[in-house]
Amino acid sequence: MSNYIKLVVLGLITLISMIAINYARDTAYMVHGVIVMFVAGGLFLYTVRRTDEPEPPAAPQTEYFDSVVRAGVIATALWGVVGFLVGVVIAFQLAFPQLNLDWAQGFTNFGRLRPLHTSAVIFAFGGNALIATSFYVVQRTCAARLWGGNLAWFVFWGYQLFIILAATGYLLGSTQSKEYAEPEWHVDLWLTVVWLAYLAVFLGTLVKRKEPHIYVANWFFLSFIVTVAMLHVINNLSIPVSIWGSKSVQVFSGVQDAMTQWWYGHNAVGFFLTAGFLGMMYYFIPKQAERPVYSYKLSIIHFWALIFLYIWAGPHHLHYTALPDWATTLGMVFSIVLWMPSWGGMINGLMTLSGAWDKLRTDPVIRMMVISVGFYGMSTFEGPMMSIRAVNALSHYTDWTIGHVHSGALGWNGMITFGALYYLVPVLWKRERLYSLSLVSWHFWLATTGIVLYAAAMWVTGIMEGLMWREVDANGFLVNSFADTVAAKFPMYVVRGLGGVMYLAGAVIMCYNLWMTVRSAPAKEAVGTTAIPAE
Amino acid sequence: MSKKSQKFEGDPKTTGHSWDGIEEFDNPMPRWWLWTLYATIIWAVGYTIAYPAWPMINSATAGLLGWSSRAAVAEQIAAVEEGNASINAQLVEVALTSIPDNAELDTYAVSAGGAVFRTWCAQCHGSGAAGAKGYPNLLDDDWLWGGDIEAIYNTVAHGIRNEDDEDARYSEMPAFGRDEILEPEQVDQVVNYVMSLSGTPQDASMVAAGAEVYADNCVACHGEDGTGDREQGAPNLADAIWLYGGDYDSLTATVHGSRFGVMPAWTNRLTEAQIRAVSVYVHQLGGGE
Repeated sequence: MSNYIKLVVLGLITLISMIAINYARDTAYMVHGVIVMFVAGGLFLYTVRRTDEPEPPAAPQTEYFDSVVRAGVIATALWGVVGFLVGVVIAFQLAFPQLNLDWAQGFTNFGRLRPLHTSAVIFAFGGNALIATSFYVVQRTCAARLWGGNLAWFVFWGYQLFIILAATGYLLGSTQSKEYAEPEWHVDLWLTVVWLAYLAVFLGTLVKRKEPHIYVANWFFLSFIVTVAMLHVINNLSIPVSIWGSKSVQVFSGVQDAMTQWWYGHNAVGFFLTAGFLGMMYYFIPKQAERPVYSYKLSIIHFWALIFLYIWAGPHHLHYTALPDWATTLGMVFSIVLWMPSWGGMINGLMTLSGAWDKLRTDPVIRMMVISVGFYGMSTFEGPMMSIRAVNALSHYTDWTIGHVHSGALGWNGMITFGALYYLVPVLWKRERLYSLSLVSWHFWLATTGIVLYAAAMWVTGIMEGLMWREVDANGFLVNSFADTVAAKFPMYVVRGLGGVMYLAGAVIMCYNLWMTVRSAPAKEAVGTTAIPAE
Repeated sequence: MSKKSQKFEGDPKTTGHSWDGIEEFDNPMPRWWLWTLYATIIWAVGYTIAYPAWPMINSATAGLLGWSSRAAVAEQIAAVEEGNASINAQLVEVALTSIPDNAELDTYAVSAGGAVFRTWCAQCHGSGAAGAKGYPNLLDDDWLWGGDIEAIYNTVAHGIRNEDDEDARYSEMPAFGRDEILEPEQVDQVVNYVMSLSGTPQDASMVAAGAEVYADNCVACHGEDGTGDREQGAPNLADAIWLYGGDYDSLTATVHGSRFGVMPAWTNRLTEAQIRAVSVYVHQLGGGE
């Protein structure tokens, strides 16, 4: 029966996308129509061929739903390499503008590739990492199979479709020009559907948990899912110019629009890249270190303080703009108060290793996790500092911001994800161990050196350009033209690009190592794939 | 079974929970952490009392210090303007040509004019003023409309071929090819002739015919010897300095379709003192007459 409903829905979607292709007012919208038509049409045929076949037996409820996590692990590694590669390309485009390629103008110029990079690393790499690890962690710590059956597969594939639609849209010039929220209205609507399904799977699993308490990692995952849903919907409120075209007009305008955007933008960092990844940290560090979490009390207080404070900090992105002073003051003080709540996660992560510090010598995976927490601590100190008006007056609009973001993104988000992948692959593919620990060490050192080159280069250029912009002579006249500052940054741009190459090389080594783990590491008896409450 | 957290002698108590083998110590929050958190909260309260912060019904609290970002920047700008007020007045009063002889005024004008140039002019003429294709080099002594300080001043103040300023410098070369004033063959001939004026290698067989075309069509503006006419902004064709390129293809494009370089008028965007300052700055770059 359900197959017939599926067929009707898929048939309708195929039909509507054909109509949309016919009436499409812009290329991006038409290409999206074609993609959706093929996906829905393909699923239609697949379903037709299986209708009236005997149903395969449902997996027992006592078994964890790990196939979707395995897919998520593969997607994370794959999108990671894609995102880092695009990052390396655009880093070199800034150093060598010829790489914008005259013959491919309109597709491969910096303006098109930059959102492709940011979305690929944040949403494709980071997002897949979060979905996969949250699905893994919530099952293990609730001792329950994911709720909703194949809904988890819908979340996974729906999210990949969102990524494809967003990426093709950027290349074809479909963007609403909101940083980290570039996709246009039709793609936003699709993501909303997928995200609500994600929330349902996660909440459903929490509800049917067999453990009496909810583990701290799940608080962070849940706050991330709920808040991102709210941020996404409100920041993307817009009215399409035509339902057959991708262009839309924002509901908010002027400074209200700017404030909404940075309320979103800051909390994309706060909830997507901080809270979500703290959830990851709270599971994988104690597991890899095989030690209890340092302090339960600290985890409660820093969790509530973090999610309460983060949501108000957005206005610090708009110092010295049309935003009224009172709002930027509040954004700044909330950012400063946020310092300790952010560090609570770092303390809990690092102190969990007390009694297991010797593992740093022998286990490069735990080394990766520890350095990620170190970078987390560094960027969550730097962030509040940069939110101070006087510091921001120097740092804003300079490369310092780029350096700050990357010490957090490459150092914290990237490294904790690599650590989680190294932990997960042997477990999910039932291997005794990783293929090669020395390759993990290579990855660790390449990535760490790459981040240091990247961040140091951006600090130097950022502070230099900030000082050059404000440099005045004895009579109060500006000393440098903008182009002078651009020319002065060139050597550091090359260094930054090289740092990116090292980071990318590390990720490629990781992919090889994980692939070889699946292919050739010795198999292991199934352990921990059935849902048994721990106590 | 999943691996459980290892525990050692002397470990603190755990909370008794366990998830997939993960346990939690019942450690207190680190004191330094807690006190730093309290300190930031106390600081935040103090800061929001001192500075504009809390939204009320009609407006926000202004803060005890009475600080506002707009007032702060206005103050800084006012201080600079006040400091320079008398020398700016002097700059506007004296004769333009006398500025380079007045050391104090000249130094000031060059620094002020340099800042104006780097902010408003560098986009086209380059931050070093070396120009680019279509944008004249201001470092050399080749001038389209004159290179003495008054001519430069007029160009800056009123611009070139813009529609905003009645006094803008204006002239237009006919599009000899596009408007079918000359046959393609004649364009070819005159291009080769023009190339011969500056000694650029050319097809010598066309030069004689080109000279005739030149005499009939170009002499009025560019002069018999091709040295141009600054009254009309007609470039010197004999000096091997080219705004749009002196190779065969570029010259053919120029004769065929003409060029129409535009520069904005700055009278309404810059103050008189700024326009004078930037004129002095450009004049002293190397080519001033």
